[in-house]
Amino acid sequence: MSIPGIRDRKIEDVGLQAGVDRLTEDQIQKTIKKVLKGETGAKLKLYAETCMRCGLCAEGCHYYMSHDKDPSYAPVSKVRQTMWEILRHNGKVSPEFIYGCAQIAYTECNMCKRCAHYCPLGIDIGYIISVVRRICHKLGVVPLYIQDTAHSHSATMNQMWVKDDEWPDALQWQEDEARDEIPNLRIPLEVEGADIFYSVIGPEPKFRTQLIYQAAVLMNETGQSWTMPATPGWDNSDMAMYTGDYEVMGRIKRAHFDTAMRLKVKRIVMGECGHAFRSIYDMGNRWLGWKMHPVRVMHAIEFYHELLEKGQLKIAKTFDTPVTLHDPCNIIRGRGLMDQAREVVKAFCPNFVEMTPNREHNYCCCAGGGVINCGPPFKNVRVEGNKVKAEQLIRTGVPVVIAPCHNCHGGLEDIIHAYKTGQELKFLIDIIYECMEKPDAVE
Amino acid sequence: MRLASSWDWEPGQRVVLESTKCSEEHEWQEEFYASPDGERLACVVRLSDFESGVWVNGEVWESRFDRVWYPRFGPDNRLTVLAQAEMDWTVATEDAAWEDSYTYVWGTRFSEDGAHVAVSVQQDGAYGMIVDGKIWDTLYENANNFTLSPDGSRSAAAVQAIPMGQAEVAKFKAGVFTVAVDGQAWDKIVMNAWTPVFSKDARKVAAQIRLTHFDYAIAVDGGLWPDTYQMVWEPVFNPANGQLAAPVKAGGAWGVAIDGLMAWKPRFFQCWQPVFSRNGQRLAAIVAPEYGEFTVAIDGQPWSWTYPVIDQVVLSDDGSCAAARAKDNDEKWTIIKDGKPWERTYDMVFSPAISPDGAFAAAKVEKKGQHRIAVNGHELETVFDQAWDPVFNPEGDKILVRGLSQGKFLRAVVPVEQYRY
Amino acid sequence: MNAAYEFVVGPLAWIAGAIFVLGSIYRLVSMYALAVKKDYSSLPYMDLKYSLRSIIHWLNPFGTAGWKASPWTAAVTFIFHICLIITPLFLLGHAVLLETFHGIEWPTISDGLADGLTMLVIAGCIFFIIRRATVDKLKYITSGMDWFVIFLVLATFLTGFAAYHQWLNYQFILILHILAGEAMLASIPFTRLSHMIFWVFIRGYMGSEFGKVRHAKDW
Ligand code: SF4
Ligand code: SF4
Repeated sequence: MSIPGIRDRKIEDVGLQAGVDRLTEDQIQKTIKKVLKGETGAKLKLYAETCMRCGLCAEGCHYYMSHDKDPSYAPVSKVRQTMWEILRHNGKVSPEFIYGCAQIAYTECNMCKRCAHYCPLGIDIGYIISVVRRICHKLGVVPLYIQDTAHSHSATMNQMWVKDDEWPDALQWQEDEARDEIPNLRIPLEVEGADIFYSVIGPEPKFRTQLIYQAAVLMNETGQSWTMPATPGWDNSDMAMYTGDYEVMGRIKRAHFDTAMRLKVKRIVMGECGHAFRSIYDMGNRWLGWKMHPVRVMHAIEFYHELLEKGQLKIAKTFDTPVTLHDPCNIIRGRGLMDQAREVVKAFCPNFVEMTPNREHNYCCCAGGGVINCGPPFKNVRVEGNKVKAEQLIRTGVPVVIAPCHNCHGGLEDIIHAYKTGQELKFLIDIIYECMEKPDAVE
Repeated sequence: MRLASSWDWEPGQRVVLESTKCSEEHEWQEEFYASPDGERLACVVRLSDFESGVWVNGEVWESRFDRVWYPRFGPDNRLTVLAQAEMDWTVATEDAAWEDSYTYVWGTRFSEDGAHVAVSVQQDGAYGMIVDGKIWDTLYENANNFTLSPDGSRSAAAVQAIPMGQAEVAKFKAGVFTVAVDGQAWDKIVMNAWTPVFSKDARKVAAQIRLTHFDYAIAVDGGLWPDTYQMVWEPVFNPANGQLAAPVKAGGAWGVAIDGLMAWKPRFFQCWQPVFSRNGQRLAAIVAPEYGEFTVAIDGQPWSWTYPVIDQVVLSDDGSCAAARAKDNDEKWTIIKDGKPWERTYDMVFSPAISPDGAFAAAKVEKKGQHRIAVNGHELETVFDQAWDPVFNPEGDKILVRGLSQGKFLRAVVPVEQYRY
Repeated sequence: MNAAYEFVVGPLAWIAGAIFVLGSIYRLVSMYALAVKKDYSSLPYMDLKYSLRSIIHWLNPFGTAGWKASPWTAAVTFIFHICLIITPLFLLGHAVLLETFHGIEWPTISDGLADGLTMLVIAGCIFFIIRRATVDKLKYITSGMDWFVIFLVLATFLTGFAAYHQWLNYQFILILHILAGEAMLASIPFTRLSHMIFWVFIRGYMGSEFGKVRHAKDW
């Protein structure tokens, strides 16, 4: 049953091993049947039946392209090694097989959907992989680190075990910091009826507080009516979506949207994150029964673009170092923000160089889909699996890469380091903050 | 609401404050908060780089702090703030601070009569609650989902009872969380516990529980309902008879179970925000009879009118009438009352209020940045720069309107009879 | 031999046709019912405009990332499918049958053209077979079903070609051809060939999600 491919590159992970150690074939079959019968329908059936095994999707995947076209990394091959086998055996597969399924589904597919541009049939490999992950979750076979993150989501409603007090405390601290620069700056907490709820991802109050600082400066200096909650529900990130724990995904998305509705804001503006956007805009809302986001969600790029268009964000100086732009899957392929992203970049950076392929066809950072959250054991999987990205970066020949997404940052950082491209990574807000007019700033 | 009987219900409009300016030299004033009875207006005022104060009706409290936040009026119209002095935090009600100070406090809550004030606390890295200045005897590694009983006599939270290191997945699965009531943790330790809630008499506590990654349950006083579910949402107690209701998911669909037995057959795509009427006769909840279509169900019967988003159901005392906020496909909000929406839609509709007999629903509404109060779909004349949610008098024939207009703080009592349908 | 011929062009043709038509209807209806029941968070996003947008783009052999990445396969795929559909539909021999048995007049293409198209289909089959047998990524994913459908098509067109050119025993080959053709027709709803009836919906769904929700192209 085990096929050359994943079985030849097994990576030890405590979470996966502990998970499969408890399993028997009968248990596996029972769980799989329940998931397939209860949670899948025509979509999976049609994908399984009508995939022509033509292999055209192969060239779509950065893993395949980066591994010298090793056939086992082709999108369809990942499904061939997982779901097709599961269906063929009616769910009666071995624990060892499940280990392989989990390793493929969690670490060898970013669910980036780039392959969707290559499959003539219109088969959604990302979706099939998400079903495999759902099965693995139900079987308790999930990589340790991302499982811990999902646990954090369930226990604290945020990704990083940030405790209830640490959140407002971090905001007040950033407010104090920013007042050195802009004396009347505020991070308004819990203001009912504000226009904007600015939401961030779990790591920001812990490791990337400068992003909160910069966003606060942007909000203040462009005169926005905005607020941040002082309660859980502030975090828009979602690793439960990626482990396949849809119940927890639903719970944290409800907490997020309920917070927005409690504050009676007109929209949620979120920082530069891709996967969180997917969770809020596409996945979490649907699981809860909302056809679209119940409170309008705006990704930072869209927001910056609006500020520029309305003339609220003014440019004090340009960022002259040549830059390139990495298109994050979840907001480009997932929301079509490629033009707005370019307009914002070009407004500040006169020396903008496209990387190719780009826009919808851009290669994923290989950190997305929860892969980076699977932790150190799988770091090489994503670095080796994205040689094409490094080549893309090198071809641009520019010193600065803008990546308006947290996951992309993590992924690209490792790639830049491993392939020694020598580039510096920036968020858009880094550049905006540096180059915008700040009428209230002292100095 | 019964507290409201002592307020001034004389119909007519009154200027409570001619000016909302601060009497002292200051750097800025923050957002205003109005007392429920509309007699007082408060805000945090920053006096200098290192000093903040509390402004009420034009005067600044004598007590000064390094930092002040979360000014909130209790149901009895007393003002409570969270304040920091010398790095530590405390709570101050009406210019009187609690004796002790703590590493951090947040999340002020009041009893129904406002007599009791509780906050969440972190003291030297340990978590719990403080009620009226008295901190829990036992504090925990972590705590969240804090709650205070309606009478203010007891407090509870979801707590992490067992310490856990980084990425200790197995330990988490075995269970480290539970519910602590007045600081006493339940014996039953579980994977997750959420939204503990007290019965009206404060004798019982219920919570949502996750036993394994996919077995959800409802716990009452540390014991579990016999069945587990695919998922559960927040339970509520019936204020009249103490029964417990919770939305539960079984067989892929949502229903409501009462005291462990299925009461609303699971047939909804979603079901949440359950609420009992004051007399306990009726149970309402937000439900989605079809994917993407939400409405209110009363005793399991959904209204026929559906919206993409429904929020905040309120019930009349006897449960015969209900109202909720609703948002349409054009991102406009309205109120849906007894199955029928108001004719007009708004950029925003705030928390709805319903009269005790259910004849009237009222809410603050916003169009182009300006606030008005609407009753049964009719907008009252006064336009405010900022208004607060309307409050019905106990008889249900008048509403109290509070708002800021042209720099003045106004308070109006408006008879609503003419808006009866 | 005559009786056999009568049987394959008579009752058996009816049976094959019925299996194809009824089977396809059954598959479509039951698949839709399943989607309504189980894919309720996907189905409501179906959108005619964006379905067509996607379908039209993918009908251009040079218009998508996927086709561009494999131009040879794209070219063969298009020629193969076009010939595969046109040849049997408009072949004179088939039209004659329709006329004789049902009195229906049917447009036709010349025998010479049909012969050419048939050769293209056969060439296409050979291309796909070689590709499947030699390219690593295909070897990795190919199953019995994939061989079955390609050989079924090959058999049908090869025997048709042979019959037309009167190779070997004409009658025997003709019967073989009809049998293969009927087998192909009847297996459309129940094998990988079902992409013929489902493709527009699968493509349309992807197009709808990308167009309506994701505001991006899916090609
Ligand atoms: S990583 Fe992206 S391109 Fe590769 S198989 Fe997964 S979704 Fe497709
Ligand atoms: S391109 Fe589509 S049909 Fe072809 S093998 Fe890949 S998923 Fe299957």
